[in-house]
Order: sequence, then structure tokens, then C-alpha cells
Amino acid sequence: MRPILMKGHERPLTFLKYNRDGDLLFSCAKDHTPTVWFADNGERLGTYRGHNGAVWCCDVSRDSSRLITGSADQTAMLWDVQTGTQLHTFTFDSPARSVDFSVGDKLAVITTDPFMGLTSAIHVKRISKDPSEHVCLFCLCADILVVEIVPEISESVLVLKGPQGRINRAVWGPLNKTIISAGEDAVIRIWDAETGKILKESDKEIGHKKGITSLQKSVDGSHFITGSLDKSAKLWDIRTLTLIKNYTTERPVNAVTMSPLLNHVVLGGGQDASAVTTTDHRAGKFEAKFYDKILTEEIGGVKGHFGPINALAFNPDGKSFASGGEDGYVRLHHFDQDYFNIKI
Amino acid sequence: MAVEAANQPKIRWGELEDDAEDLDFLLPPKQVIGPDRNGLKKIVEYKFNEEGNKVKITTTTRICKLANARLSKGAVERRSWPKFGDAVHEDVGARLTMVSTEEIILERPRAPGSKQDEGKSGGDSLNQIAKAGAVLMVCRTCGKKGDHWTSKCPFKDLAQPSETFVDRPPSRGEAPAAGAGSQKSAYVPPSMRGGAAERGSGGGTEMRRRNEENSVRVTNLSEDTREADLLELFRPFGHVSRVYVAIDQKTGMSRGFGFVNFVNREDAERAINKLNGYGYDNLILRVEWAAPRAT
Repeated sequence: MRPILMKGHERPLTFLKYNRDGDLLFSCAKDHTPTVWFADNGERLGTYRGHNGAVWCCDVSRDSSRLITGSADQTAMLWDVQTGTQLHTFTFDSPARSVDFSVGDKLAVITTDPFMGLTSAIHVKRISKDPSEHVCLFCLCADILVVEIVPEISESVLVLKGPQGRINRAVWGPLNKTIISAGEDAVIRIWDAETGKILKESDKEIGHKKGITSLQKSVDGSHFITGSLDKSAKLWDIRTLTLIKNYTTERPVNAVTMSPLLNHVVLGGGQDASAVTTTDHRAGKFEAKFYDKILTEEIGGVKGHFGPINALAFNPDGKSFASGGEDGYVRLHHFDQDYFNIKI
Repeated sequence: MAVEAANQPKIRWGELEDDAEDLDFLLPPKQVIGPDRNGLKKIVEYKFNEEGNKVKITTTTRICKLANARLSKGAVERRSWPKFGDAVHEDVGARLTMVSTEEIILERPRAPGSKQDEGKSGGDSLNQIAKAGAVLMVCRTCGKKGDHWTSKCPFKDLAQPSETFVDRPPSRGEAPAAGAGSQKSAYVPPSMRGGAAERGSGGGTEMRRRNEENSVRVTNLSEDTREADLLELFRPFGHVSRVYVAIDQKTGMSRGFGFVNFVNREDAERAINKLNGYGYDNLILRVEWAAPRAT
């Protein structure tokens, strides 16, 4: 396959996300502008200007009308996907690290970093129902909007505190009843989304040994995978938090994703960016490693990046995937026919 | 034509001679039949050729759906969305999106079906352990003891450099003993060093050698042969780990040769036997081992 290289970001990529139809690809980077691309040919559709800091994470609503981004400028912003206009800004006291829309897109979970004495927190925000209403209000009468919308939208429904260190990822569990969080303390927690109590915590013995960098749910939401700096990725049941599989690799894992089509797991990573220039390029392991999900055996690797892979995303049709690296490139890979016939 | 013209009572012969081109109205209208169940579409047209004779042209085309495009309505609509943000002012020459010039393939860590060998070597090492009765797990790549086997070495991609650094000190001592060099300081090529043959059978050397040995040079390729074509040509013989076609930097044209790396040597050998002298794109291919083999 000949990957498509997309050089729209000036700085390292942080996150990639496909919309549900798989025709748009959203990319976040440490430069301040999230970008949307056509996922088939890699053409740039537009950028979302407004953030004033690194953008860490994004999520797109099921109908691809709205985008939420979390940024180090201590805000999370809600955008109109089509026009790139800001619909709303959620302001926090510390950088927003991860965002995730709930099923139904009525709520969003946003995590904030420990900052200036504040501990890390998970916020649940209510998102107003009608996106068109938002656009209208903003375009015509911004003042009224502030009065009307702010009480409804800006207050956190729930704020969860407790975990030590940064929470790198928080996602909704099945039926929005739980929130799964993972972060630097290497513990995966399942919270009750209504009461805010911790329901389950991953066992220190079987769990990750170092900070968890990424977390991704399966398509059906029955299980999820976490990648960690302890050079492994683990597959967990989303309800019982039992460890299902363990994938070991040779480098810290920065990004994980699962194929929606085949039983494949992709791990991306590499050594710390600070050590890149001091080591041989072959030692870097800047490749996306494919593993068999069930046999946990390595299938192969896709090379190309000049730095660690920070973000991975599979197209919902399972026929292509995108990787974003520290080198500022997004590489969009459409699989050859061979890929679908791979046997171990 | 004469018969046809006679059927049209209002046309006089003189007019016919003057401008035959205007006679289109005399012709039966164009007929389109189908497409039928098999996707066959028939178009029947009539026209006059240069000599003024009426010709019936039947064009049969088959219409087939290439891909069942499963695009959702929303996705189709989004396709025509206008650009926004920075993308509006995008220059044509900006080249934000490029297709890689390099063919990237999913690199398999080992060939499918090569498990047997692994099992065998594993068995040997197990015997060693049984003999010694202690932990004899020594990685031949990084030299670490008791941590992992060579095949699981986290530094296996560094096999080449680590070989030069790690293996040199012992070989310096061994070389005079083997009688290859008379003086201690004399340079001894790696292949002549003591233990080279023995080492060649395993460890990092093997890993590196394997890449070189299973490399097949293909020459006399036509100019428009691309890597994908070569891959297609060589894939039936076994798992191919790398395909490369030399491209002239200035002209961008193929230089007429390329390399194919096989995971298994046997596959490479079969490919050479089969494809050397094979006619490909009007040219006779020459397929041989890439590096002249020492043995």
C-alpha cells in the first residue's frame, strides 16, 4: 500500500478520530488548530481555529454535526463540523486532556489535568440538544445566548475527583451508566456516571505497571483496550473489568486501536521523543504493530513515521487506518487485498 | 441509399447530391435497448459514412457496478461541503496531502509456516538447559543472560550494529589462533575471523545474512514496471518481504532493475529458477541472487 501523507500540522499529532460513517478524519495536534480531512483521499476539508494551546483530544457526534475538542488552553470547545464555527466554550481551571461524547451525544465527559495545586478531575457536561439552535443563537444574538445557555450547558453535571496524576482518557461505558478512566497512576477505574462512586478498580497485580497512555473501546462497546508505557497493551471487559488479553511489545505504547473488521489490534509507540535523535532509527520502533487480538501474536508492522506514533485510528469500515506521529504527519493507509487474507 | 431515398417521396435527387450531411433526418432514430439483467446495453445508431452509404452501428456495452458504494447519504452530502478555516486559502501548490512515493508493506515478523524451525531451535536450547541444569538462556544479539531468547530480543533490529560492537573483542583474540592473521593488529575481515563460520549459523549474523541472501536481483525490466507489478510477479513463490525498483532520480523513470527480498530462501530459489529468462512486458527477465554468493 502507498500511504497518503497529510502534513497539515506544524507540531506533533495528539489524537485522531474518524466520524461514524468513516468519511471524515479529525486530527488534533500540539499546534492549536484541529483539522478535518476527507478520509478517502486525504484532502483537507477545514480547520477549527480558536484554541490557544495544544489540542489533546476530540470527539465527533454520531451524526457528524458537532465536534468537541479538549485543549491545554484550559477549555473544551464545541464546534460545528461543517463550518468550523465555535458553538460553545467550556472553561476549566486546568488543561482539558480528554473528551468523549456519550451515547446520544447529550453528555460529554471531559478530564482535566492536575494543575497549579488542583487535582485532576473528570467533568460530565450536558450538551444542548439542537445543534441548529446553537448556531442560530451564536450568529444572531450572542449576548442572549450567554444568559440562556450558560446555566444549562456550562455547569458540570458531575465532577469526579480522586485519582492521582493525570487522567489520560475517560470514556463512557455501556448505556452511559459508567465512565471508564485511565491515566498516569496505571489504574483503570469504572465510575458510576450518576452517583460518581468508584465501582471497580483494576487490580495492581494484573494491571499496567506504568502510566496508561491510551484507551479505546471496541465497536460494540463490550470491551476496550489500553496501551501503557510499560510496553504492553491489555484488553479488558468493559463491565466486569476482567483482563482478557495482554499484548507485549518492545517499546512504550502511545496509541492503541482495534480493527472493527478483523481480529486485529494495532499498537503504536516508540521511545520518548527526547531520545529520538540519540538512537538508531531502527531502534526507534516507530511502526504500527499489528497483533492478532485472540492469539496475541504479532502479525506485522507498518513503518513510515520518523518519530513515535502518538495517535491511531481505524476507519469504521476496517479497510483503512490512520496514524499520527511526533513528526507532525498523519499517514493514511488503505489496506491492500493481501491484508484481508493474512493468516497466522 | 437509393432505395432509402426513394422511400422518402419529398426529397429530390438533386438535393441529395448537394449535401449528404443534412440527411440525418432521414435516418431512423437512435435506439437504446437495455441494460438487461446481465448489464448488457445495446445502442443502435444509423449514420452515413463518407461514401454516403447508410450504416447501422450497433454498440453493445456491458454495464457493471464496480463497487457497491456503501456511502451514507450524509457522507455524500459532506463530500460537497465547502472548505472552511485555513483550507479555504489553500494554494494549489501547497501540497499538504501527498501520496507516499514508497510502497509500504505490512512487514511480517516471520514467514507464515516457519514456526517449525523456531520450535526446533527452541528444543535445542531446552536440551542445553537440561544439560547444564542452570539458566543458559543467552541472547545472541544483545548478550544478556537469562532474560530472553535471541528471537525475542528487544534489540533484534539492532542486530547489525550490536554484532560489530559486541563480537569484535572476542574475534580479535580468536583470529590469530585460527591462523588467519599473523599479527595481532592486522585487519581481519569479518568473514575470515575465527568462529565466523560457526557464528554464521545463528544469531545476529544470520539475521542480517538472511536479508541479503534472500535478495533477488531482477534486471531487464521494462520502464513502466512498478513495485506493485514485481510484487505481483513474485508473490506466488512465497512471502516477499521487500520489493524495490530502481528509479532514476532525474527522469523519474525506472532504471530497469529491481530487488525482491524473500523471507524464505527456498522461495527465492524457486523464483529464480522459474522467472530467469521469463518473458515479461516483451523483455526477457534476468533473475539472479542479488549479492554474488561466497560459497
